[in-house]
Amino acid sequence: MNHLPILPILVPLLGAALSLFVEHRRYGPRMQRGVAWASLGLLALVEALLIAATSQGEVMVYLLGDWPARLGIALVADGLSGWMLGTTLLLAMACLLHACTGWDRRAPHFHALFQFQLVGLNGAFLTGDIFNLFVFFEVLLIASYGLLLSGGRGLRLRIGLHYVVFNVSASTVFLVALGMLYATLGSLNMAEIGQRIAELPPSHLKLAKAALGLLLVVFCAKAALLPLYLWLPESYARAPAAVAALFVIMTKVGLYAVLRVGTLWFGEGAGALAGYGADWLLWAGAATLLLGALGALAATRLRVQVAYLVVVSAATLFIAFALGNAGTISAGLYYLPHSTFTAAALFLVADLIRRRRFRAGERGERELAAALPGKTVPGLLFLVGAVAVAGLPPLAGFLAKAALLSAVPAALTGLVWAVVLGGGLLVIIGLVRSGIRLFWHVPGEDDAPPPPDPDVPARPFETAATSLLLACAVAMSVFAAPLMRQTDAIAAQLLAPQQYLHDVRGTTPQSRQP
Amino acid sequence: MELALASAIGVLTAIGVYLLLRARSFDVILGMTFLSYATNLLIFSAGRLVSGKAPVLKDGVASDLAHYTDPLPQALVLTAIVIAFAMTAVSIVLAMRSRSDNHSDHVDAHEPDAGHGGGA
Repeated sequence: MNHLPILPILVPLLGAALSLFVEHRRYGPRMQRGVAWASLGLLALVEALLIAATSQGEVMVYLLGDWPARLGIALVADGLSGWMLGTTLLLAMACLLHACTGWDRRAPHFHALFQFQLVGLNGAFLTGDIFNLFVFFEVLLIASYGLLLSGGRGLRLRIGLHYVVFNVSASTVFLVALGMLYATLGSLNMAEIGQRIAELPPSHLKLAKAALGLLLVVFCAKAALLPLYLWLPESYARAPAAVAALFVIMTKVGLYAVLRVGTLWFGEGAGALAGYGADWLLWAGAATLLLGALGALAATRLRVQVAYLVVVSAATLFIAFALGNAGTISAGLYYLPHSTFTAAALFLVADLIRRRRFRAGERGERELAAALPGKTVPGLLFLVGAVAVAGLPPLAGFLAKAALLSAVPAALTGLVWAVVLGGGLLVIIGLVRSGIRLFWHVPGEDDAPPPPDPDVPARPFETAATSLLLACAVAMSVFAAPLMRQTDAIAAQLLAPQQYLHDVRGTTPQSRQP
Repeated sequence: MELALASAIGVLTAIGVYLLLRARSFDVILGMTFLSYATNLLIFSAGRLVSGKAPVLKDGVASDLAHYTDPLPQALVLTAIVIAFAMTAVSIVLAMRSRSDNHSDHVDAHEPDAGHGGGA
């Protein structure tokens, strides 16, 4: 059996264990960072092999413990998993680079928690079992609690309590849904459920609908859809910069789950449940997009504004995935890494700006709103990030939105175009206003002049981390054609789940005959 | 038996939701605990209620669900219990830190103004 699909989970798991060993003072930060980077490098190698193996449309199935998929736990790697793994990896590299400039020494256990977060993320993208998805959700959430709270005090603890209670409640609902699902369908393997859902007796239909509805509610809570997004802006805005940037991928995990479950269970062949929930997701996504854009317009702090931009991008993806034809899914998949990278980059830029102002304030300036010292580099980074996140040409956000809008079915053109374009306009206005206030602020008569020679900045690795993320976003625009061909292939694979079902159900154990 | 179990799950859920919505972090944590009890019972009932049957295969007994109880929900409950227990511990630590840092047990970390009612 090919052991490739389990390695993206095992490598960071071992990396996390090793990070705990080298935490002792005796080893020092250089050793800890070395372990973290070694683990990430090995992960990159493994994932490159995995993506190469799955990019041509193969579905790799890995049976844990050699039990058949319907009885045991299966890991499944297909094009979508590879796409999400690659996105996570690039984001993690930039976040680790940023954290290694100093935050990792102030937050206890940072490296171990970071690696555990990667375990949870990679596992969620690779698992083919819905209960295992719950377990990996918990792994990544528990790591995120640690990352959010370690080294924090006061206000951050209060936000942290809200975040933990909200997510634990959502996990409870997840469990309720899983219990009901098992009671009605008798399996927790995703492919098996996809098969059985089509043959569901009418008497069980209502119970199954309730369970699946609860499941969608949980995914939407993780991905910050309309009534359930209120937890996000405050907790992301309070998190340390590198952690907030990494958290951007966490909303995408909920979206991934919606997409996976939607195409696998509610596709054409699902009988009475075909297209279940898609209308609701579309409307809720549209409303979230408008509210998120209004939030970005109203935000008074840059980090809160960026957090609302995360909500906006998640809502755009909800619209794309709820429409559910090959064109919109492909456009959404192309938009997903791009929006992740740019939102994360903007979190890092916001941190850069905040720290410079803070230093300037320490020098005796009265007003923190005074002009920013040494603003060329953050200004340029902010400009590129803002253009990318708002979906302006020539970057990939524009290409993705154009592809999305051109693939919208005719009946919904008015609604979707109005919402996406109107939301985009609000986002642009909000970002332009922030840019003017931050970078074009003309010192008035009562403002002290900015200090002439700020020796603050010069943590080159932070700028490098931000530039890496933005470079990924720009590279996505440059290589748009091959990437879009890849997302087209992934969308086609998702919309024809028969091969997935067949491969998962058809993989037989090698040494066992149950 | 079904009625008794269903009522127990319902009552526990009601208690849990009520406590979860209260304004003191201690009450909220108790609410989460009650909700996890209700969930565990619900998962347990997903394998159908049978009494006096073992989940582990024995020699000489036909291996089908007429002679055994479904073992999978029990394994699921075990996982859920472990996770819920750990999460309770985490949130208690958080609540205690928040209380000592912010000098308040309120979930918003400060006492609401008397004029707005709320609280307690």
